[in-house]
Amino acid sequence: MEKKELPRLAFFSFTCCEGCQLVVLSCEDELPDILSLVKIVNFREAMDQKSDVYDIAFVEGSITKAEEVRKLKKIRKNARVVVALGACSSTGGLNCLKNRWPMEEVKKEVYGKDALRSELFATLPTRAIDEIIQVDYYLHGCPISKKEFLNLTTSLLLGKRPDTTNHPVCVDCKMAGNTCVFEKDMTCVGPITRAGCDAICVTYGAICWGCRGLVDNPNTDAHAETLKRHGLTADAVMRKFSLYGTCKTRKC
Amino acid sequence: MKKNLNIKIHEITRVEGHGNIVIDVKNGKIKELKLEIIESPRFFEAMLRGRRYDEAQHIMSRICGICAVSHTSASLKAIESAMDIKISKQAELLRKLAFYGETLQSHILHLFFLVLPDLAGVGSIVPLLASHPELARTGLELKRLANDICAVVGGRHIQPISLFPGGVVHTPKPKELKRLREALAGSFEGLDRMLAFLNDHPVQEFNLKREYISLKDRGEYGLYNGDPVSSNGYAFKPESYTKKIKEYVVEHSAAKHARTKGTFMVGALARLNNSFRQLSPRAKAAAKKAKLTVPSYNPFLNNIAQLVECYHSTEKAISVIDKLLLMGPKPEPVKKPKAWGRGFGVVEAPRGTLYHEYKINKNGLIEKAVCIIPTAQNLRSIEDDLRSFVPELLGRPKAEIARAVEALVRAYDPCISCSTHIMDVKFA
Repeated sequence: MEKKELPRLAFFSFTCCEGCQLVVLSCEDELPDILSLVKIVNFREAMDQKSDVYDIAFVEGSITKAEEVRKLKKIRKNARVVVALGACSSTGGLNCLKNRWPMEEVKKEVYGKDALRSELFATLPTRAIDEIIQVDYYLHGCPISKKEFLNLTTSLLLGKRPDTTNHPVCVDCKMAGNTCVFEKDMTCVGPITRAGCDAICVTYGAICWGCRGLVDNPNTDAHAETLKRHGLTADAVMRKFSLYGTCKTRKC
Repeated sequence: MKKNLNIKIHEITRVEGHGNIVIDVKNGKIKELKLEIIESPRFFEAMLRGRRYDEAQHIMSRICGICAVSHTSASLKAIESAMDIKISKQAELLRKLAFYGETLQSHILHLFFLVLPDLAGVGSIVPLLASHPELARTGLELKRLANDICAVVGGRHIQPISLFPGGVVHTPKPKELKRLREALAGSFEGLDRMLAFLNDHPVQEFNLKREYISLKDRGEYGLYNGDPVSSNGYAFKPESYTKKIKEYVVEHSAAKHARTKGTFMVGALARLNNSFRQLSPRAKAAAKKAKLTVPSYNPFLNNIAQLVECYHSTEKAISVIDKLLLMGPKPEPVKKPKAWGRGFGVVEAPRGTLYHEYKINKNGLIEKAVCIIPTAQNLRSIEDDLRSFVPELLGRPKAEIARAVEALVRAYDPCISCSTHIMDVKFA
């Protein structure tokens, strides 16, 4: 490939913790190789350059401001391929938890009587980016998995269609050889959550929190039965589901 | 000398989060000078309200991708102080190890990825791979090692998994700890390389006297534990943090500003100024080589202070691993809550003192929360600095002035994402 024809990658960040960009920066072994195959033209957290000409846009963060809506639409116009980078962008992520309350109340709670003083404090209910623009590919997770990021980038560079994981976390969990969370007297939303994370949270002693959103056809009946068998109240179940799921399910 | 100057730097690069610098000088006098914080606020208080106590650390760590371990630690301390939970010695050591890993990771990211390009006169680490290959590779290796520490304890370095109320739910294998120990012991050479480079690039002479606040611990350099102290000679308990540190809203910033009686600074330089004597031997030696003496009032030296803390964190991490290996880490059940009420958690995050306070009800649900972020505490100090620094620069070309003020802001290593996630709710 001619050097000047290298594909141009751009990274953008909206409302989030920028942790998914950091996962990209943490590809220490692979970064030099990736950089020889692409040209990164936007990555504010790590570089000075800024450009409007790019092929693939990675978009991190949820949309919570009118200004962000405008910027996001511009990105869609400029890019051939838009990839949602991480939970905040692909499902709304934890940011959706604020949607449980009226926005005016939320603002007042944080900025007090000064809440209305500045445009900078304005906030809209949290949205995933595909509620505003069309998204070509999703990298799920809070944060994203480095392996999935590298796989997707490699596929895009080779002109292949990237794989999308569509099985529940339970499958990954079995492959990791973990004891089931329910057997340890805890509860888990792994049975209906999209895998691809190698069940890392369960492997490291925690539960599946559901950060990657639901699989396409979740077996909610069987899951509800399991939860009931383990003596969970409807309230507790709803709370578990709502940690990452509020935006898409519109329930809390 | 210039009489008029108008600079607007839109979205400062190589910092965490979104901010603008606005400077307007007319007839040699500063008419307007501000660091606009334009990051979208996230309203974590509203997110946390009504959630269970054992979800708090999971939610709050997502305030920031860089200092997730710090937020998790402050959150866990607040939960555990509210619910009267005492964690085991092993859990405390594991949490400290992850903490040192994060201090290293954050400082190295800042020094190699964000500051180094300034010193080498380029826009990012990418050209450095060609122009300074050895140093750039050293940065990548050191960062990988720091990430690895957090990953061995917490499962991953961004958003750690195993740090839970009541303990640590994953036990690293001795083999992994030994591997880390070996890598850490071999990593001083890389730090030396960075130190030599920084010594070859003298920092801007600029001094502005101010107050420094950091945690002070008995027996060791205050990072994971300790109570707040001020360089003005007073100390206070974490419970009275909100009484001493007053936050206020300014119109050009989505992050609140903070003050004591005047301006103060938190972070690596504040810690060095307040606790220099408690640094590890190699850290002291590094400070000596860099000719850094305390107290120092030059904010640009925050970069060197961070590097000094890298030496300290590496030595401390090694000593924590030795203690763990001697004990032989075993899986332990988490300790259960015994009470409910208000709790406070405070740690020295890489950028300064981080404060969490929760009110948890008898059902284990969070009713209210307060969180004071290091960068928010530094914003007033940054603006004060710019106000004295800019007049000193007026003889230089505009582009150079812009670069210099950006470098000053960057020296504070501001974490703007963090600072706009402030929650400040007064308890009734």
